Amino acid sequence: MILIPCPNCGPRNASEFRYVGESIARPDPNSATQEQWRAYLYERVNPSGWTTESWFHRAGCGRYFKIERDTNSNEVRAVRLEPAAATKGES
Amino acid sequence: MRLSLRPGEVIDRSRPLRFTWNGHDYPAFLGDTISSALAASGERVMSRSFKYSRPRGVLTADSLDPGCIVQVGDEPNVRASHRRVEDGMIASPQNVWPSLRFDVKVANRAVSRFLSAGFYYKTFMKPQRLWPAYEAVLKRFASGGVISNRPAAGYFDKRYAHPDVVVAGGGPAGMSAAVAAAEAGAQVMLVESEHELGGHLRWGGAHELSVLAELKAAVSATNSIEVLIDSVVAGRYDGNFLAILQRSLPGVTERLIKARAKTLIVAPGLIERPYVFAGNDLPGVMLSGAARRLINLWAVKPGTRAVVFTANSSGDAAAQDLEGAGVEVCCVEDARRGGDVVRASGSATLQSVECGDGRTYQCDLLVTATGWTAPTSLLNMAGDKPTYDERAARFFPCSLPEDVLATGGITGDGSLEQILEHAAHTGRLAAGRARVAGGRLRKGVPHAAPTDSPVAEEQSNAITALPVDAHVALFRGRTHGFVDFSEDVSSKELEAAVAEGYSSIELAKRYTTATMGSAQGKLEVVNAVAVVAAATESTITETGTTVWRPPYAPITLGALAGRTLEPVRYSPMQSWHEARGATPLVAGAWIRPDHYGNPTAEVRNVRSNVGLIDVTPLGKFDLRGPDAAKLLSQLYVNKWAKLAVGSVRYGVMCAEDGVVLDDGVTGRLSDDNYLMTATSSGADTLLEWAESWLQTEHPEWRVHITPVTSDFASINVAGPKSRTLLERLVENVDLSAEAFPYMRVRRGRVAGVEDCLMWRIGFTGELSFELHVPSSYGLHVWESLMEQGADLGIAPFGIEAQRILRLEKGHLIVGQDTDGLTRAYSAELDWAIKLDKEDFSGKPELSWQAERSDWPKLVGLRPEDVTVVPPEASQIVHDGAIAGRITSSRMSPTLGRPICLGLVAPHLAEPGTELSIVLPAGVRARAVVTEHLAHFDPEGQRLRG
Ligand SMILES: [Zn+2]
Repeated sequence: MILIPCPNCGPRNASEFRYVGESIARPDPNSATQEQWRAYLYERVNPSGWTTESWFHRAGCGRYFKIERDTNSNEVRAVRLEPAAATKGES
Repeated sequence: MRLSLRPGEVIDRSRPLRFTWNGHDYPAFLGDTISSALAASGERVMSRSFKYSRPRGVLTADSLDPGCIVQVGDEPNVRASHRRVEDGMIASPQNVWPSLRFDVKVANRAVSRFLSAGFYYKTFMKPQRLWPAYEAVLKRFASGGVISNRPAAGYFDKRYAHPDVVVAGGGPAGMSAAVAAAEAGAQVMLVESEHELGGHLRWGGAHELSVLAELKAAVSATNSIEVLIDSVVAGRYDGNFLAILQRSLPGVTERLIKARAKTLIVAPGLIERPYVFAGNDLPGVMLSGAARRLINLWAVKPGTRAVVFTANSSGDAAAQDLEGAGVEVCCVEDARRGGDVVRASGSATLQSVECGDGRTYQCDLLVTATGWTAPTSLLNMAGDKPTYDERAARFFPCSLPEDVLATGGITGDGSLEQILEHAAHTGRLAAGRARVAGGRLRKGVPHAAPTDSPVAEEQSNAITALPVDAHVALFRGRTHGFVDFSEDVSSKELEAAVAEGYSSIELAKRYTTATMGSAQGKLEVVNAVAVVAAATESTITETGTTVWRPPYAPITLGALAGRTLEPVRYSPMQSWHEARGATPLVAGAWIRPDHYGNPTAEVRNVRSNVGLIDVTPLGKFDLRGPDAAKLLSQLYVNKWAKLAVGSVRYGVMCAEDGVVLDDGVTGRLSDDNYLMTATSSGADTLLEWAESWLQTEHPEWRVHITPVTSDFASINVAGPKSRTLLERLVENVDLSAEAFPYMRVRRGRVAGVEDCLMWRIGFTGELSFELHVPSSYGLHVWESLMEQGADLGIAPFGIEAQRILRLEKGHLIVGQDTDGLTRAYSAELDWAIKLDKEDFSGKPELSWQAERSDWPKLVGLRPEDVTVVPPEASQIVHDGAIAGRITSSRMSPTLGRPICLGLVAPHLAEPGTELSIVLPAGVRARAVVTEHLAHFDPEGQRLRG
C-alpha cells in the first residue's frame, strides 16, 4: 500500500484517503460546450508517468489536497493543499 | 527408528505424546512434527500423489514438503513436516480414496504411464452437457482435505506495526543482520518461518551449533529485536508495506501483521532443489537437507542402507550424518566427478538405485544434493529481476530499491564467518537507511530524494560482496521424472507441452500446472525452466523464470479476514425498540427498527391516529456563516436566498452529471445558521461533497459545515392526532395551523427539554412534526410521547411502514426510485430546478436535459389486478421492447390495492397509458399510469392540516 503525504497529517496509508482523481479544472458552467463539460466529467489522461491528482483525507483531517505522483514508481513529488486551507488559515 | 541423543535435537524425550494417524495410534515427543514422528515409527508413505496416486513420503522435511500435506481434525492442507504434534491430535492422509495403502486410482498408471500434458483440458472440456458428470469425477480425484462447515475455531488477529527494519529469515545471516541493525539503533522485527531461529545451523555439526548458541544469546540480549517464529513475510508491497503471517501465538490461531518497514532485509537462505530422474518421487528418495534434519533435529534414522548422490558440501555432510546415525552408506555418487543417478525403483517404497555407470544398489534410502534455488519472491515483489549465474547454477539478486537489502545465501557463498560479517554490514546499512527514511517521514516526505542519504551510501560501499562458488548444473538427468511433486507434473509432460507449442515458460506452466501446486514453485521452478530450456534448445537465462507473486507462503482466509471491526450505530432509543421486540434492519452502519410486528397495522394507525418513528440516522449538518446560503445554492438545484428564518425547504442535490445525488429538508434557524438534512446512507458522501466545493471551488466563502447527526435524536410524530399529542408536551410554541404552518421550523421546550427543533414536514403524507432533540434526552422525549399519546392510540412505526406511507404519497427515495443515470428532470423534480441561478452542481447537464424530451420519467402506476403486487425491479414492456421498470411497489393498506412507482420511456408517461409488467415466471400484469405520483391525497390536504 502506498503512502500518501497529507500536508496536514504527514504520510499515511492510502486506505485513509479517497482518491478523487486527476486534477481537472471545472469549466464555466454557463459557457461550457457539451464537449468541454463532458471532458471535465469523464475524460482523463491516465498517463504512464507524472500526474497531478487530488486526494481527500477522509479518515484524517478532512482536507482535499493535490500531489504529483509518478504512476510507475508511486513516487510523490509535490504536495499542496487546495486553496481553502491557505485562505482560511489567514482569515 | 529413534536414535540416541543428538546434540541439536529439538525433541523433548521427557514429554511423550500420543496422536492418531490414519486411524492408528502413534507415539511422538514434544517437538516432533507429524512427519518426523511417523518417520520415527517407520512410516514412509505419507500421501498419494495428486494425479497419479503415487505413494509419496518425506522429500524436504520442512514446510514445503509436497508429499506431506495432511488433514488435522477440521483443518485441511496441514503441512505435516512443519506442524508439530500435539497430544491427542487426530491426523489423516488426504487424497487417498479409498485407502493409503491400496488405491484404485492406481489404475491411472495402468492405462498410461503418465497422463498427457493438458490432460484435464483435453479430456473434460467437451461436450458442455457432460460437465456435471466430469465435475463428479474430478471432485473425487482432486486432492485437498475436508473443509468443515462449522465456523473456524479460534481467534484470528490483526496488528499494525511500524518497525525500522524487518528481517525476513532467522538463519545465521538474518540473526546477525538483526543484531547489527538493532545495535545501530533500529527497532527490528526478525521473522522466522520455522519453530526456532537458526536456519541450517540447527542441523549442522559442533561448530555450527556453537555459533548458533552465540547468535541466539546475542538476539535475546538485544531488547530492540522482536522475534517472530513460525511466521513468514508473505508479501512485500509498495512503500515496504509487508504482510507478515504470525503463528504459534498463545490464544491466537493466526495473526496478520501489516508492517510498514522502513527497510527490509531479505535473508531467506537457499532452498534445496530436487533432481529429476526416473523414480525421483519414491518414498525413500529425499534431499540431503531432509536427511540431515531428520537425523539431527528429530533423532530419526531415515533408512538402513543408503546411496548418496552429492554435488556439494550439504551432500557430503549428509553422508557423514548418515554414517554417524548407523545408516550403511553403500555408495557416494559424486556429481563433481561425473557421477549420476539414473533410476530409483521399488514398489511403494525405494528398493534399488541405478547409478550413471550402470551399477545398481539395493537400498531403502537415496539422498540427493544437487543444488540450490534462491527464493527470490520478496525481491521480485520489490521490483528486482534476479539474474541467472551459470557458474553457480542459481539466480542472484540484481538491482534492489533503496529500502530492500539482501544477505546470506541468497546473495552468495563463503564461510559462515564471511556470511555473518556480510549480514552484520547489511544490518547496519539497513539501520542507517531506516534512519534516513524515518527523517524523511517526520518531514512528511515518504519518498527518497536523490541526494539525501550520504550516510547510507558511504556504508553501502564498505560491504564486500560474498564470494560465489561454482556448482555443477544439475536439473534433469538422463531419464524423465517428476518436476512438480505437488501437481504431479513430469519432465516428459513439460517436453510434450513445448512440442505442442507451449514453448514459453509462462505458457508451459499454465498448460501443465507445473509450479502451481502447494510449493508454488519454490522447489520446482528452476527444474521446470531447465527442462523447457533444454526442450527449446535455449539457455536458462533466455528462457527466464516465472513471475513470483504474493503470497510467498499460504495464508488462511481466517487470517485475511481477521477479527471483525465493524462499527454499529444505534439511536438513543434503541433499548426501547429492543424491549418492544422490534425487527432490526441493517441500514449502512445503523441498526434501526424495520417494524414492530405488523407494518400494515402501523400504517393504518398513522393514517387514523398518531405514530412515532425513530429517524435519528437522518444525516444532519449544521451550516454556519454569512455565506451558508451560497453553499446551499451551489449544492442544491433549488433556490435558497429567499428562504425566511423559521422556514424549511425540500432540496434536491445533483452531481455534476445532473444525476440525483441526495435530497432532504433544510431549515433556516437564524440569519446565518441552517440545519441541513440528508438521507441516512448519503450523509458521509454529502459531507465530502460539500467540503469539496468549499475547499476547491469556493475557498472565499465564509461558511462551516459540521456533521451533527448524532447530536440529535430525531423523532417523527405523524398522524391526524399528532398536534393534539404535541400540545400536551410542547411549551412556549404555538402549534396551531395558523401560527406554525406547513414547512416551518420552531424551537422550543418538549417534555421539559430545552432547545428542541420541530419542523412541520410530511414524508408520510400526514400532519406531522419532526423533532430533533438533544440526543441524551431522546429516550425521555420518546417515552413521554408514548405515555401522553396512550389515549390517542399512539403506536411506534418502523421503516417498512414509512416506506409504504411515503409510496402512498408518491414521495421518491433517492437510490430506490432513481439510479446512477437518473437526472433530476427524470425524477419529476422540474419544479425544484432553477436554471436561472448563476451556478449549481450539475447545472449544464440539467439545462441540456431540459432542452430534450427523450429521457425516462418517474410515474405512478396502478396495477389492474388488485391482488398482485409486481415485485420491485420488474420490467415494464411495451410493443415487445423493454420500456422501463418498477422502482417501488407495495400493497397499500389505505387503498386496499397495489401501488407502484416506475421509470418509463417518455412516450409512455402520459396519465392513462396502459403498460404491461413482466411478473416472475413470465406472467404479464397490466397497469395504468396515474395522474400523480401520489396515490393517496395528491392535493396534500392532510399534511397541510
Ligand atoms: Zn490529513
